Amino acid sequence: MNRSALPIWTTLLLSVVTVSGVQRPAAAQDSTAANAIFPGRYPYTDADIHFISGMIGHHAQAIVMAGWAPTHGASKSVRVLCERIINAQTDEITLMQNWLNDRHQPVPEATAGPMKMTMHGIEHEMLMPGMLSDEQMKQLDAATGTEFDHRFLTFMIQHHQGAVNMVAQLFGTTGAGQDEAIFKFASDVNVDQTTEIDRMQKMLFTLPRD
Amino acid sequence: MKSYRYLFVVGVLALAACATYTSSTGAPTPTAGGGGAMSTAAPKPDPRVGLRGGRVDSTGKVFLARAAEASWNLTLLSNTPASEKFVGVTNSDLAFTGNYAIQGNYNGYQVWDISTPSRPTLKAFNLCPASQSDVSVYKNLLFVSSESNSGRLDCGTQGVRDTVSKDRLRGIRIFDATDISHPTYVTSVQTCRGSHTHTVVTDPKDNANVYVYVSGSAGVRSPTELPGCSNTALDKDPNSAHFRIEVIKVPLAHPEQAAIVSSPRIFSDLAAPPTHGEAADELAEMAAARKAGAFVAVFGTQEFVLPPQFVNPMLDSIVKARKGTGAPTKADSAAFRAYLPTLVHIMTGGNAGGKPSGPDQCHDITVYPAIGLAGGACGGYGLLLDIRDVAHPVRIAAVADSNFSYWHSATFNNDGTKILFSDEWGGGGAPKCRATDKMEWGADAIFSLVDRKLTFKSYYKMPAAQTKFENCVAHNGSLIPIPGRDVMAQAWYQGGISVFDWTDAAHPKEIAFFDRGPIDSTHMAAGGSWSAYWYNGVIVSSEIARGLDVFALTPSGLISQNEIDAAKTVRFDQLNVQDQPRFVWPASFALARAYLDQLERSNGLASGKIATARTALAGAERTSGQARHDALSQLATRLRKNADGAADKPKAHMLATAVGDLAKGQP
Repeated sequence: MNRSALPIWTTLLLSVVTVSGVQRPAAAQDSTAANAIFPGRYPYTDADIHFISGMIGHHAQAIVMAGWAPTHGASKSVRVLCERIINAQTDEITLMQNWLNDRHQPVPEATAGPMKMTMHGIEHEMLMPGMLSDEQMKQLDAATGTEFDHRFLTFMIQHHQGAVNMVAQLFGTTGAGQDEAIFKFASDVNVDQTTEIDRMQKMLFTLPRD
Repeated sequence: MKSYRYLFVVGVLALAACATYTSSTGAPTPTAGGGGAMSTAAPKPDPRVGLRGGRVDSTGKVFLARAAEASWNLTLLSNTPASEKFVGVTNSDLAFTGNYAIQGNYNGYQVWDISTPSRPTLKAFNLCPASQSDVSVYKNLLFVSSESNSGRLDCGTQGVRDTVSKDRLRGIRIFDATDISHPTYVTSVQTCRGSHTHTVVTDPKDNANVYVYVSGSAGVRSPTELPGCSNTALDKDPNSAHFRIEVIKVPLAHPEQAAIVSSPRIFSDLAAPPTHGEAADELAEMAAARKAGAFVAVFGTQEFVLPPQFVNPMLDSIVKARKGTGAPTKADSAAFRAYLPTLVHIMTGGNAGGKPSGPDQCHDITVYPAIGLAGGACGGYGLLLDIRDVAHPVRIAAVADSNFSYWHSATFNNDGTKILFSDEWGGGGAPKCRATDKMEWGADAIFSLVDRKLTFKSYYKMPAAQTKFENCVAHNGSLIPIPGRDVMAQAWYQGGISVFDWTDAAHPKEIAFFDRGPIDSTHMAAGGSWSAYWYNGVIVSSEIARGLDVFALTPSGLISQNEIDAAKTVRFDQLNVQDQPRFVWPASFALARAYLDQLERSNGLASGKIATARTALAGAERTSGQARHDALSQLATRLRKNADGAADKPKAHMLATAVGDLAKGQP
């Protein structure tokens, strides 16, 4: 039986995870630290570090998802989209790791899992907004052909929307996004992924028929 | 102020292929042919590949070693590092007034006197942080964009920490630069999303005001900070700050009264525009489906043909709802069609990101008032706007491209028959010119513009592979007024500067370049040319990390000294590249010879006729007064007669007209 797009859309609307109030202990307010990306003088904050650290794992998951396109019978247009996502987000991971490294902050590995973070002295694991659960990743991995295209686009829209939400959350935090490198990177994530969401939604509704 | 200057520095690796380091100030050479005399071949191997990098210290501010340079048909006349308060901070866009280049910087702006291109001197600076500090100038007024959260009304350098603050400025700063040495702050115009870039727009019918189109794609401010700003989706709030640009009107007699006069919703009802490349199959499929009576949903600002796997269960459920069985009837289909808008609304309701957002803002807009059009580079789209009513631009065409990520800027050719859009894939901080990056990604897309319709012709990308430590993608450029050709200089960040000819829209061709090795060959450190613009005879480039570069274009088999000399006859009092001026070439011997060179290069006119014309021109130039007038008139008459039989008839007529105009100009 043919699938209906509606249930998947409903899943999307409900599955955008939101987080708030995450805190880290040690403050980093070093206004003189090197900023090798776009030099600026403004201080960065815990919220900036959290945003960058969390986005690394977020991007890593997108790269895993996109990497399945060739082996899962994706259509040509989805394969091209996936190539672009891998190219773009791999570069951005490097940029984010450099940013942390330059500021002598812990640099997370680019692995697709949940982010480890310390809250009130206890280590927690959490998925950043929009990231796929293990169950969703299994669903995607199990699909091939048009089914894969459909699930990929649906899940990647969810994934991108999560990144856009992370940017909104960052800019809604007092003191955050002052560092010019952070402002530029977060603004780029916002416009690039919003544009790509638009493109993927169009693709989703024009998928080749079975 | 530390300053490095290089008089006629030659590209270290590019010597072999180009004996082109002629002084650009040389007198016109009457017999110089444009054709076979000089090399037309690009140097091989490309000397830009593998250039030795420089090295910066741990602060990213001090150059410990200088990078190697390669050039072809371009000569670096000077490199001037930023002054003390700006060094180490991003240099951005350029505007020009008189002998001055105004260079934006995330710390404010600097004013350089470039009357001696080999020795620019700092005339003034203003420490007033804002990103990106996009700059424009109109008469005595200077405009600066501020987008980020840290810009302050008082120009303070401490940033603004609070999410809501009365100190924050996001929008346009206006300065009075009547005394260029001491610009004074006139006022600011606050906007809901700040100003990433802006475009000064002159209205041919309105001399009392100048207009500013504001593009800003950053987040919407809180209404507590700036009353009236709404972050709500457009379908829920008609005053939403999304899906619009802002137009500021600046009364020239009272710039302090500058204010937003309209917020045109140029993105409304944008149907899916045609795409090409990978998406072409899909489009054909959509068109066929629509013809076959498929269900079409209007989703956000676009139309979609719904696939059967979506439609069939819906129809089944309608059949079930009426307790029927079997195939859906015509009435069921009609009921579903009627329900579609509601369904789409339900599917997208309550989630701003859950529906196609379409282009929500522009990155930049280039206006061409002489033809009443503007090119908008807006999200995933390139838009063509009618700006004859300046305060109320209207969208007349839109293009999308499956190989484009983020439409960045637009340039018209001088005739207004073509438009070039660039794609700033990766936002400018990423290395998108590696050997592994496709030539159609992070490139320019060239369209023909006929009857206000855009048709894709080709991509252009700076062709030399760069390292992974060099941010590189298409960025800002301007036309060079070579008569009879479409030639453009363009910045590619650390990919350097590429000068290319796009007269043949389907086959753009590089004709000159300049590049340096990476800022740091061990680490990604942002730098390179932000903008490369031709202004009154030189190419001025704003180097993000290395300051201000000034170049001379040098003659080769691809561009003759006469063509360069003719380009230098086009002079402006002021220039904002995104307020594109129309080039008009005054009559000159160089102009006539430039056309002759082009006809010789293309075999557009018989070689004997070209030789005769060159001799006649040289003879006329040796005379004066009535004798010169008569000689030129006779030549013009002869050339007009020749033109109809020429292989390149239009160019031959341009030559005849140029000689005729030269005759008229003689006393």
